[in-house]
Amino acid sequence: MFKYILKKLLMMLFTLWIIITLTFVLMLSVPGSPFNSESSSNEIVQQNLEKHYNLDQPIAVQYVLYLKSIITLEFGPSIKQPNQTVNDLLGRGFPISAELGLVTIIVALISGIAIGILAALRHNRIIDYIAMGIAVLGISIPNFILATLLIQQLAVNWSIFPVATWQGPLYMVLPVLALATGPMAIIARLTRSTMLEVLTQDYIKMAKAKGLAPWKIIVKHALRNALMPVITIMGTLLVGIMTGSFVIEQIFAIPGMGKYFVESINHRDFPVIMGTTVFYSSFLIIMLFLVDIAYGIIDPRIKVNKKEGEE
Amino acid sequence: MQKILEVNNLHVTFTTYGGTVQAVRGVDFHLNKGETLAIVGESGCGKSVTVNAVMRLIPNPPGKITKGKILFKDQDLTELKEKRMRAIRGVDISMIFQDPMTALNPTLTIGTQLKEGVKQHHSISDKEAEKRALEMMKLVGIPNPEERLKQYPHQFSGGMRQRIVIAIALICEPELLIADEPTTALDVTIQAQILELFEKIQKVTGISIILITHDLGVVAKIADRVAVMYAGKIIETGTKREIFYNPQHPYTKGLLHSVPRLDRKEKLQPIEGTPPDLFSPPLGCPFTARCPFAMEVCDKVYPKTVNQSDSHEVDCWLQDDRAKKLLTTAVKDK
Repeated sequence: MFKYILKKLLMMLFTLWIIITLTFVLMLSVPGSPFNSESSSNEIVQQNLEKHYNLDQPIAVQYVLYLKSIITLEFGPSIKQPNQTVNDLLGRGFPISAELGLVTIIVALISGIAIGILAALRHNRIIDYIAMGIAVLGISIPNFILATLLIQQLAVNWSIFPVATWQGPLYMVLPVLALATGPMAIIARLTRSTMLEVLTQDYIKMAKAKGLAPWKIIVKHALRNALMPVITIMGTLLVGIMTGSFVIEQIFAIPGMGKYFVESINHRDFPVIMGTTVFYSSFLIIMLFLVDIAYGIIDPRIKVNKKEGEE
Repeated sequence: MQKILEVNNLHVTFTTYGGTVQAVRGVDFHLNKGETLAIVGESGCGKSVTVNAVMRLIPNPPGKITKGKILFKDQDLTELKEKRMRAIRGVDISMIFQDPMTALNPTLTIGTQLKEGVKQHHSISDKEAEKRALEMMKLVGIPNPEERLKQYPHQFSGGMRQRIVIAIALICEPELLIADEPTTALDVTIQAQILELFEKIQKVTGISIILITHDLGVVAKIADRVAVMYAGKIIETGTKREIFYNPQHPYTKGLLHSVPRLDRKEKLQPIEGTPPDLFSPPLGCPFTARCPFAMEVCDKVYPKTVNQSDSHEVDCWLQDDRAKKLLTTAVKDK
């Protein structure tokens, strides 16, 4: 198991390096520079600025400096807001984004699994049809449309929730709803279909023949097996929630990382692009790694196979 | 002898889009304490449905017990509330399934799966449950039980898994064990071992067993009495001896003829044709269409049950006195 984790970690570092390099190449290939928009500055000022940020150096040197800044985790100050370093921005934005992301995942998981189980237990009855109808809607409506609809109805027309910004639990409701509906729908559909399959398995009948209570059969015997595919797609869902949060943070004016990420690209704010990209990708890679580990914990067969493969 | 289970006029139907399947159409049988009853018959004749009905494990919908009584120790199981029934399952009546490869939950250890039954029904500590689980593992013959309890089903062979399934079924010391084709999925040597295990367990615990099988070899080995099922009805019952040496129903005879034998050089005689469609079962004897002795009456009216002896019952028109006369003259003419 230790050997397996070590191998995984090395692979993760390699993946990260590829992402970093690709970002670097893409960053350079985008036309324009951070100083383009400032029409007031004359050529000499611009050259001085470029020199200050090492943008006049050859590409290879820039790449090395860039790698160095990542390894030391010193991304330096933002070009657009020179009074703040990238680390400041991340430190401020990440807790907010993490909160949004975490609440979204928890809501999506709990409601998705609950709806899925309910639909499976009432297979081909009204509850099933309603649940799956909602799920299809949830999958097909893009989150930014859902977000605007929610703002229009619940915030503007009925004034139940605040329209935007991030100042407490009540402010979370709409952005989390907008962001969680898609993943929730996917989880619900998946849970339902695997649950239906698992419920016909012999070991469920065996559990019934033991005289176990129905909830025990569902939680202990069925759910654990039904959740394997859900865990498998958790990685993909995380990516979805993360990219979704870029848009949602914009719509709800949430001062999270997504906002900085999108703005930094618009402004060619190289240090911020770098910082946010590295941060997002390492976060994602770590999450995917955790999903892998969780998979092994839930299904004993997987862990053993890997052990056997190594030894 | 004391009757532990008595099934009277049991009817089970399944509602599907294509119509209603009458899977079990008036089954009567009983089981005495400490005996083994084998229910035999071809696939789809209602054997499994019958015993699942006894356990009340027929999924509803689509299945339903429409008529009849299932008396277990003078208590009608068909009338019990689900909650009361749960207190009987696993404690008084246990069940073993056909395929040990799928009957165990792949994500739980053997120990957990063994213990959860006892813990559900008796308020005992985990330690006591573990002790009980170890005893069961020893009873069914699994080496180093302490270590094995912590392992998962995929770490066991098929035969071992079936032993574990049996241990799980027996852990609450039930009085009745229903085994639904317990050896079908196993290879022959393991089959023999499992059957010996059944015999040993019966000797140790005095448990009554209902064994479902379509393997007459299994029947010959461990059954005391045999019930032959065809198209949702029991057409002949008797002791093992009576069924094997003095079969009366043409279907039973056909079944016995279609067992390959090593000691005789005869050609195997299959029963021609297929069983009737249970969406609209025939009025008369369901075997009429395949029966070499079919008479006009067979197609129209279902025969009365005739007692050959105290233990031997047959549903066949050939048992009618009038038919017997006909038959003797027919044989003479030949």
